[in-house]
Amino acid sequence: MNPRKNLAPDVEALWDRLDRATGKKYWRTLDELADSETFREVMLREFPEQAPALASPISRRQFLTLMGASLALAGLGGCSVRPAPSRDVVPYVQAPEQVVPGEPMFFATAMTLGGAGVGLLVESHMGRPTKIEGNSEHPASLGATDLFHQASILDLYDPDRSQTVTHLGQTRTWDQAFTAMREALTQQHRRQGAGLRVLTETLVSPTQIAQMRAFLQTLPRAQWHQYEPLARDNVYRGAVLAFGRPVCTRYDFTKADVVVSLDADFLTCGPGKLRHVADFMSRRRVRTTPAQANTANMNRLYVVETAVTTTGAKADHRLAVKPYEIEAIAWALAAELQVPRPEAPERLAQWVRVVADDLRARPAGKTLIVAGDRQPPIVHLLAHAINRQLGNVGQSVHYTEPIEAQPAVQDGSGRAPEEPVVERIESLRRLAHDMDARQVDVLLILGSNPVFTAPADFRFTDAMQKVGLRVHLGMHQDETARQCHWHLPETHYLEAWSDTRAYDGTVTIVQPLIEPLYAGRSAHEVLDALTPVGTERTWRQRPGRLIVQAHWQAQRSASGFETFWQTTLHDGVMAGTALAPQNMALSESARRTLTAGPQAPRRTSDGLELILLPDPTIHDGRFANNGWLQELPKPLTEITWENVALMSPATARQLGIRLGGYTHGGEHGGYHQQIVTLRLGDRSVQVPAWIMPGHADGCISLHLGYGRAWAGRIGGRAGTRVGVNAYTLRTSDHFWSASGLQVNVTGATQVVACTQQHHSMENREVVRAASLTEYREHPRFATVRGREEAGGARVPLTIYEPHPYDGHKWGMVIDLTACTGCKACVLACQAENNIPVVGKQQVAAGREMHWLRVDRYVAGTADRPIEFHFQPVPCMHCENAPCEYVCPVEATVHSAEGLNDMVYQRCVGTRFCSNNCPYKVRRFNFFAFSDYRTESVRQQYNPDVTVRSRGVMEKCSYCVQRIRHAEIHSQLEGRDIFDGEVLTACQAACPAQAIIFGNMNDRDSKVASGKQSPLHYGLLEEFNTQPRTTYLAALRNPNPALEGR
Amino acid sequence: MAQIFLPRSNTIAKLSLLSGPLLGAFAVWVCLVYARSSYGTGSGEVRVQPVPFSHQHHVGDLGIDCRYCHTTVENSSYAGMPPTKTCMNCHSQMWVGSDMLEPVRASYQEGKSLHWKRVYNLPGFVYFNHSIHIHKGVGCTTCHGRIDEMPLMYQKPSVLMEWCLDCHRNPGPNLRPQSEIFNVKWQRPSDQDERGAELAKQYQIRDTRFLTSCTVCHR
Repeated sequence: MNPRKNLAPDVEALWDRLDRATGKKYWRTLDELADSETFREVMLREFPEQAPALASPISRRQFLTLMGASLALAGLGGCSVRPAPSRDVVPYVQAPEQVVPGEPMFFATAMTLGGAGVGLLVESHMGRPTKIEGNSEHPASLGATDLFHQASILDLYDPDRSQTVTHLGQTRTWDQAFTAMREALTQQHRRQGAGLRVLTETLVSPTQIAQMRAFLQTLPRAQWHQYEPLARDNVYRGAVLAFGRPVCTRYDFTKADVVVSLDADFLTCGPGKLRHVADFMSRRRVRTTPAQANTANMNRLYVVETAVTTTGAKADHRLAVKPYEIEAIAWALAAELQVPRPEAPERLAQWVRVVADDLRARPAGKTLIVAGDRQPPIVHLLAHAINRQLGNVGQSVHYTEPIEAQPAVQDGSGRAPEEPVVERIESLRRLAHDMDARQVDVLLILGSNPVFTAPADFRFTDAMQKVGLRVHLGMHQDETARQCHWHLPETHYLEAWSDTRAYDGTVTIVQPLIEPLYAGRSAHEVLDALTPVGTERTWRQRPGRLIVQAHWQAQRSASGFETFWQTTLHDGVMAGTALAPQNMALSESARRTLTAGPQAPRRTSDGLELILLPDPTIHDGRFANNGWLQELPKPLTEITWENVALMSPATARQLGIRLGGYTHGGEHGGYHQQIVTLRLGDRSVQVPAWIMPGHADGCISLHLGYGRAWAGRIGGRAGTRVGVNAYTLRTSDHFWSASGLQVNVTGATQVVACTQQHHSMENREVVRAASLTEYREHPRFATVRGREEAGGARVPLTIYEPHPYDGHKWGMVIDLTACTGCKACVLACQAENNIPVVGKQQVAAGREMHWLRVDRYVAGTADRPIEFHFQPVPCMHCENAPCEYVCPVEATVHSAEGLNDMVYQRCVGTRFCSNNCPYKVRRFNFFAFSDYRTESVRQQYNPDVTVRSRGVMEKCSYCVQRIRHAEIHSQLEGRDIFDGEVLTACQAACPAQAIIFGNMNDRDSKVASGKQSPLHYGLLEEFNTQPRTTYLAALRNPNPALEGR
Repeated sequence: MAQIFLPRSNTIAKLSLLSGPLLGAFAVWVCLVYARSSYGTGSGEVRVQPVPFSHQHHVGDLGIDCRYCHTTVENSSYAGMPPTKTCMNCHSQMWVGSDMLEPVRASYQEGKSLHWKRVYNLPGFVYFNHSIHIHKGVGCTTCHGRIDEMPLMYQKPSVLMEWCLDCHRNPGPNLRPQSEIFNVKWQRPSDQDERGAELAKQYQIRDTRFLTSCTVCHR
């Protein structure tokens, strides 16, 4: 009676069908495109997750007995003879100022990740931070956040954080640790620190940089190394190549009509990404009336890349090529634009020519070339040269001093090093070499995890063993901590004072929201305790606040410091600290390099290439123990809980890899993927294969960060690793890609939890898109189609009395043109609404709980997808909501403001509503997913939202708690709610401002004007559900000269 | 074989047919009555507190305003429990040696909070907001009763959902002018019907459909 059925299809027949498939316009999965049995089966059984979870057959009699008993128990369980026991009220002894119990407070702070900070506002409920928002005053945020910011709140409460100082695994005190280290440092002092090495991540904190310099001054021969697994070395090497010194390149996307990205994922990676999205989308949104449609304008984006990124997905023209071909394209583009001597490769030549024509046709300064972090320095040089040639410098491109500390490796003499830039990789190589040569006595690691992330050829762990005293400061007892003598618990950024710089140099003081939960200390405090002062070399310990304050006090005149300090803390931005743009000229050697043309062409082997990419959700592995990030379907692949070998359909076919066999139901749903062995020299990993339409042929991409040995109960431990460690395939000279990859298909398969096939809407025209040209001719292309389907009915038919709305009438519009599919909204929703994490097995069974999903649609063939679209789907809050009619206990009802209310206390779990919902936005608590037990995790819960238990349906509420809060506050102040006062969590997080929420009865509101747009359409409107969440159709701006390419 | 059922069994059968549903209905009725009884709702039950604080004395006899202690009642969901400091404002001067106040002094000296027992123990899924009720003309005593006559604090009404809904369906009888909100001695005037309707208009109280929407109180 096991309903599980392996639906692995007939391989060849399916590939053939895929080849022929051209009929449908938008598809979500290859199965859907090929119209395979798998897909049809899934469609027929709409709710695969309803298949029985019990594996053993059960008789009818047993079933009735169990049902009867559970019914009786469930009924009785809800009853109690007496009222619930009274809880305690615990008032303050002395009430602190400003705290109003029951009202949240917001504090400005900032989070640093990957060498740049972003300003944030953190919501605090009586001293307990619960939710993170962007700081709209901050240039890098403009009010938006990304998924790491949202998820960082969960890291704060991670029960697996290290909680005590340890020495060889034994609990010690901070004083003992400091005594041991000071002793070692005093010994080092006699040798001027020759045996001391300090390893940090990329530092942007002005205070910590100054502290490091002060620390090294006391020990002039000690060396400071910096390493970042996602190092942006190539960017700086490119700048040195072009200008003779390292500079930061700052882009202004508001100025660019045409953007060309050379493998640059500028919408989701890099220091200024949130600002890039906002600026880029400000030139892409079309808000014209039908009459003015012919004046509508958009920017145009060309992307050349290998793996599929969200930037590539938003491109008007996307070219998937092998990594080394990108350099050739850059040269060809430069050639076309007469930067160096002309020369064009045969393949791709026409594409490049059209792009070059487009760039040339624009006025000077109205275009932009962006080179990706992973591209070699020469591509960066070419991008600089082309931008200069096109007059973009000073317009859409600005150069500033680098925001981070340059990790100049000192040669021991204390002199300034000759080469100002020393790359992160070289820095770590030097460290590994010195350790191996037994030149290092003391190694101090401040907040990084090199044992896990170092390139494999450094043999970092082996080299480390030769160091006499190894000290690690970190938030977790991770891989590195376990190789060190001392481990010191580090504070989370919400627990400690610090400062940081944004992508443009703007300084923000990082202020703590809460006392350290586990007696951790910040890197500032540890450095301070290890830096002796005065000629007497006396030790001191200052709290973080004093350290940071003292640093800024020294930078400013004493008068007015307090005002300056308070203003800076309050605003979250230190005024006037953005770095001024500089005039940079191409150096003579750069000109020579350009004139010389490409060096001997890079190998054009036909062998497979391996591409290593940062993971879209767990970054370089540091967020591995974060359940929200693990369970977030990765943008584009929609895979959760692991990394896979991504390859194009053609490459998969060549390797003999089937389309995944999809099974569903019970505990064993998911894609059964073949496991492949990826071998690079003598190193190999085994990882499930995954076919990704749009991926470049002949390459296989793998995300870094998985396969942690000591992450925690979520991210995996030695015996129960989550995913595969891609760092084992990484070497320092093949940091981002390597050729000569050998792939063997093993016989084994593995279940991959991918949500792409869940909640499928059966090929109905849910995504509507057109080109700008089509829009100019038929501005109402999206609506007209909808009306035809509805049989031309303008006035919706209903036998029920329509609901009157005198007050507010809430509604939402989602702009598909602007949505980049980054999924910050999904995590913001999770943080705001106490949405539980369910685990890989449950995700595979289709039971993920996210109230908001982002569907990915592709147009074109499997081999040549030409369009990608993202569609966020929250609850539609239908006017004629199908769910409301079928609930037997009225647990889902219409509110007076048009919301489709979900009443958890009434819900008995029949799931009729979910069955009747055409949008599939309802989520059921099959088990008690919410964590009631872990004390620290409970602290994160939003006190304004009920935590749901087993057997209860839930769904998007339009953040009704925020609506109520705004309503009550506006009425206390005797006014109406103003437009933009209620921001739903998803809306607030969105960097592209793709989500608009507001009162539809207010004619001047943004949402009302959005609903007037000619692009406006409702999802499945033909069902006459009258959805309240509606969409603006996606517009693209392809170049007519490259039609269909 | 002898007859198992005698003729009178028919009557018993008929009676039992009738009494079955009756018994069932009675059981339901008992449950409903029980749920509304003060035993079932806990209304009128005095909570044992660390300090036998008397509202009768402080409010009734001394005339201290509600907001002296419950400071956030006008601008937060939570009315606010007074910090120990508030007690000590007066009790560092008067009744300084009282045994009854020992826990208060101990709390103040040791910096440890007093643990009071919640009197109005709303379930976790109910999001009640004091400030909006005060702002819309619902006085303290409407829900908390004549606390100036309560030596020890107890829950006055049933605090069942139907009790909340009574007012949300028809707020008129419970509305008073802003000047009377904190007046514990306020009595309904004889023309409350008209006054209530007028006040409802003045306070711009939303219609019943809004006030009885689920998410007004449950989220």
